[in-house]
Order: sequence, then C-alpha cells, then structure tokens
Amino acid sequence: MTVMEQRGAYRPSPPPAWQPRTDPAPLLPDAEPYRVLGTEGAAKCDPALLRRLYAELVRGRRYNAQATALTKQGRLAVYPSSTGQEACEVAAALALQEQDWLFPSYRDTLAAVARGVDPVQALTLLRGDWHTGYDPYAHRVAPLCTPLATQLPHAVGLAHAARLKGDDVVALAMVGDGGTSEGDFHEALNFAAVWQAPVVFLVQNNGFAISVPLAKQTAAPSLAHKAVGYGMPGRLVDGNDAAAVHEVLTDAVRHAREGGGPTLVEAITYRVDAHTNADDATRYRGDAEVDAWRAHDPIALLEHELTERGLLDEDGMRHARDAAETMAADLRERMNQDPVLDPADLFAHVYAEPTPQLREQQALLEAELAAEQGGEHR
Amino acid sequence: MTTVAVKPATMAQALTRALHDAMAADPSVHVMGEDVGTLGGVFRVTDGLAKEFGEDRCTDTPLAEAGILGTAVGMAMYGLRPVVEMQFDAFAYPAFEQLISHVSRMRNRTHGAMPLPITIRVPYGGGIGGVEHHSDSSEAYYMATPGLHVVTPATVADAYGLLRAAIASDDPVVFLEPKRLYWSKDSWNPEHPTDVEPIGRAVVRRPGRSATLITYGPSVPVCLEAAEAARAEGWDLEVVDLRSLVPFDDETVAASVRRTGRAVVVHESGSFGGPGGEIAARVTERCFHHLEAPVLRVAGFDIPYPPPMLERHHLPGVDRILDAVARLQWEAEN
Repeated sequence: MTVMEQRGAYRPSPPPAWQPRTDPAPLLPDAEPYRVLGTEGAAKCDPALLRRLYAELVRGRRYNAQATALTKQGRLAVYPSSTGQEACEVAAALALQEQDWLFPSYRDTLAAVARGVDPVQALTLLRGDWHTGYDPYAHRVAPLCTPLATQLPHAVGLAHAARLKGDDVVALAMVGDGGTSEGDFHEALNFAAVWQAPVVFLVQNNGFAISVPLAKQTAAPSLAHKAVGYGMPGRLVDGNDAAAVHEVLTDAVRHAREGGGPTLVEAITYRVDAHTNADDATRYRGDAEVDAWRAHDPIALLEHELTERGLLDEDGMRHARDAAETMAADLRERMNQDPVLDPADLFAHVYAEPTPQLREQQALLEAELAAEQGGEHR
Repeated sequence: MTTVAVKPATMAQALTRALHDAMAADPSVHVMGEDVGTLGGVFRVTDGLAKEFGEDRCTDTPLAEAGILGTAVGMAMYGLRPVVEMQFDAFAYPAFEQLISHVSRMRNRTHGAMPLPITIRVPYGGGIGGVEHHSDSSEAYYMATPGLHVVTPATVADAYGLLRAAIASDDPVVFLEPKRLYWSKDSWNPEHPTDVEPIGRAVVRRPGRSATLITYGPSVPVCLEAAEAARAEGWDLEVVDLRSLVPFDDETVAASVRRTGRAVVVHESGSFGGPGGEIAARVTERCFHHLEAPVLRVAGFDIPYPPPMLERHHLPGVDRILDAVARLQWEAEN
C-alpha cells in the first residue's frame, strides 16, 4: 500500500536530525591580515630569527635582481620574479624542518634556494638545459611546477603517505591567487581536509594572474575564507611582514605536525615586477599602485624594525649586502658558463628501460649527430 | 589461504586476486578510488580488499579523478605504489592533466630521480549496454603520451599476470580492463596463479597461414570467433593479441605478417587517429615486401560512442572482420 493509499494513516515525520559537520567559527580568518612588525607583538620576536630573516630577504632580493639581469643577457629563457614577495618565499622555507617537504610553483625558485637548493640548479628549468635541475630528495623540494595548482594534490598525497608510514613529515605547498581558481586547488584542499593530511597551503595573493586582477578571479570575501568550505582553518597574513608570515606558517606547520590537519594561509603581497621579463605590466596597472606597494616593502619594513630596536646597525646591513653580493657573483659566474648538454639524456629517463621504439629513435639521433660531426671535419 | 576471491574464474576475479596478491606481497601497494572500499568497486574488482588490508590500504576517496591521481603522485613520491581505479573510461578524463603533465613525465623531468610507480586501472570499451560516457575506447589518448605504458588483457590468465606486472613496474602503467570481458571465464586455476607476464610482449592466440588479425583487449574474442568462421571460406587466420600497446611488440607482429603476407588491425576505438593507423604504418614499414595487400583496419566508426540500443552497429563484429579479410586481394594469388 502506498502513502497515497493509506491517506489518513500517514503522519508527516520530520527529517532525520541534521547538524553542521563542524563549527565554522574557529575556521574563519581574522578580519584583517595579521601583522607583527610595527606592532607590540614585534617585541616578542626572537632577535636572532629577525636577523636571519633580514639576511635571507636581502639575499633573496639580490637573487631576484641577478636572475632578472641574466634574462637580459640571454642566460635565462625567462624569469618569473618574486621581487616584493621575498618575505613569503623565505618564510615558507624557514618554517619547515629538515624532514619536511616544500612544493614550489615556477615563481618560487627563491623558496627552493632558501631551503638549500643550489641557485644554479633552481634556475635550470628557466635556463632551459633540463626541466628540474636538482634532485628533489636532496632537500625535499618537489620539482618547480608550471601547470597551476597541480602540485597541490602531490603535497597532499605525500603528506598522507608519510602519515600512513608513521613519519613526522609536513608538506608546505605554494600557489598564487590565480591558481586558486583551478580545479586542482579545490580537489587538493578537499582531499587534505578529508584525510586530515599534514599540509600547509600558502597562497601568495600578489594581486595579479599575469594581467588579471583578483576581482576577476574570485568573489570570495578573501581567499583565506575558502578554507571554511573545506573544513580547515583559513589564516590571513600580511605577506610583506616577514615576521608575521613566518609566525603564521610556523604555527600552521606545528598544527599539522601535531595531527591537527591542514591550514590554508593567504598572504597579501604584491608582484612588484611584471609577470616575467616577457610581460608588459604597464598595459594593466598604473605606477601609483606599484609605488604604494613599494612603500610597504618587506625588506624596508624589517630593516626599520631592526634598526629602531637597535638590533641592526650599518655593519650588520653591510654584512647582509656583502653576503648577497657574494651569492650573486657566484651565480653570475656559473650561469655565464654554457651548460653541458647530452642529447642522450632525451631518451635516458622516459622509462626505467627505453622501449624498443625509443632505442630506434635514439640510434637515429646518434647517426644524425655523427653525421654533423663528420661534416664539421670535412 | 585468503578471504578474497578463493575461486577466481572470471577476469574480474583474476584482477581481484592480482590486487590481493600484490598487496599481500608488498605493503607499499595501496588501492584507491571511488567506491573501491566498502562496496568493492562498481565492478567488484576490489571486493574484500578493504576488509582484509584496512581502509588505509584500500581507500574510498572523494569523488574527484584529478585529486585521486594527483594525490597518488604524491604518495608515489614518498615511496608508495598506488593502484588507482578510474571508475569508467570517460570518467578518467578529469585526471588527464595530472596524467600527462606529471605522471607520464616525472621520471624524465627529474633526470630519473623521481620515478612514479603508479598503476591506473581503467575499465574501458563498449558492449555492455552502458549509457553515455560508459563505453569509450580511450587507448589512443594514452598511447599518444610518452612515458606511459599502456596494457590491456584479453584473457583471465593475462588479467592476473599483466596486472601483477603493472603494479611491479617502476613506470606508470595505464591498465585498460575490457569491461565486457569482466565476466568471461577460462580454465585459469586460481590456486596456481600465472607467472607475472612481462609487459611489452604480444602473443599469437591462434596460429594461421592466410592472414593476420592484429588486435587487443575486447576485440580478441571477436577475432578468434571470426577466425573460426573464416575456415568455412577457406581462410586460416592468425590472431595476434598485442596485450601491450606501449611498448609495442613490433617483432611478434612483423614476424606474423611476414609469414601470412596479409594483415587486418581490429579494435573498437575509432579508426581516424586511432591505434590502427600507427599499427598499419609500423607493419608496412617492416613487412612491405612480404605484403600481398594493403594493411586494413576494422574499427569503431569515427563517431561519439553511440547509445546502447545502437552500439551493435558500431562495434567491429565477425561480419565486418570477414568482409575486410575478403578485401585482402586474394585474386592476386590465382
């Protein structure tokens, strides 16, 4: 007998009990980006940490300048600069412990360098002699990722695998504001939250995805608010305040390490340079906007704090600059040497063992190369 | 000895057994995908694995194919050996960016430092009366991507042996399971599983002297049936089961065609830009002076996969295969 047939006997019943899966309130980001420098909180910072951050920022700025110069000399095919974003780059690397993993995007060579990757190897992709110039296992830095946000699920999977094995490993994955529109951003955050994987997602909101401003990218209150939809905390931080970014990331890493699951951190910063040396930023933004951000420069902010409190003097600044110059000179010299190329590499690592078809193609290339060399000698 | 599939007689059960044995042999093997845990997969291929090995090793993931494969990449980076199930051929497409931009080339990008031993199981092909998006032959997409192995079994024994080999491989393997053969049976004895088959070797399923049918996966039984029917016409057809599309076994295929002098490639995938064009070219390059006729293709039409009530017109069947054989210029011999 259907419900219709037993009319009169049927009593409407309420739906089975519903309640929110989790309380959203603690997940919400603060109303304002978190700041430390220039606030009372700065006094609580470890002076040694602030000096370390300062030295790394100065070195990072010099690295960006040197890499940009190398594009003009034809030594790099392209360079996506992180000038103005050094606080995020450096803090991401410094927030991690040795056994942890960093998952950088193509704009994050500086984070890789700050974690210990040789700058020449970090720039291999952009020089063009190979795709990844370093062994990812040497410093636990995943290959620089060009397709946007696709490295985020890798970070989740790696962190999940480490946890399954009982290892104390946190993964920190970096992405830009444009990357948050990609499906892989969504899927990575969802998997991370469902699995409670020990991952920290750092979104550097630098204002632009090449030319497209954030307003055309999202209607969310902030990118940090997106965390709430996945059931993880979202944190909003001033991305040019190195002490604040370092603190927020360190807290998120500790939270993940202690089994608290993932965190989404949005760092508000600004891409001072164009997207790459091949881009013309004057087509989509004015000088006034750039100047306003230059006035909120991460190095100047930290330098001001340190000098005001007597933690840094002229000697200290010169020392940081000298160390940066030494790095730049070494980078310049080594990048000015032509890389050694081996065409056999084209076939060596496609499979564990080349297929018969690849062996044939390699033989063809070897014959071409032999003919080229023979031609030179004629 | 096991609670899982104690009497595998169908291809699906042999696949279950292969997953089970691989998981038992190697704790780094993890199965993941949609509905693979509690339910045992929509085709029941992962039946019992979550119960025996726990949900950490046979995991129901969120419903997102790019996320499934993307997280599998990270797991493989950390030393696990993920076996990913894509629920249906056409549902694997969201994962293509991960597959093409990362899975296929991570070893290459990193100079060999970061191989990704991932097996991607994809139920594929038609003939099961599936509605839209449940019957695609997607092998040409995978074949066109360097860095992937592409494997497909046609027998119960090969289903076991090739899946074990795929999981043991240090390279990513796209393992295409012909879903209309899931319930096919043969005399495979589950208590004495087949040796692990090396990937990359074709096999002659039926020896013959008149012409070679080159085929794989769901079309193998159709070709064997066609070969039986061809006897009435006086043709003694050889059937080569490729088993592996990448790497391709040129040697076995060319040796067969040199013996017979004629060849037809048979597959469900469309012919334009499909595997048959590549295979015909390879055979022609190697066997030109042995060929009595052009290499022909019998394939699905170059149309979106049809609705189930029309699919029998689309799929290569015995008649279409015999018609092609009839066009192999037999008059030249008289």
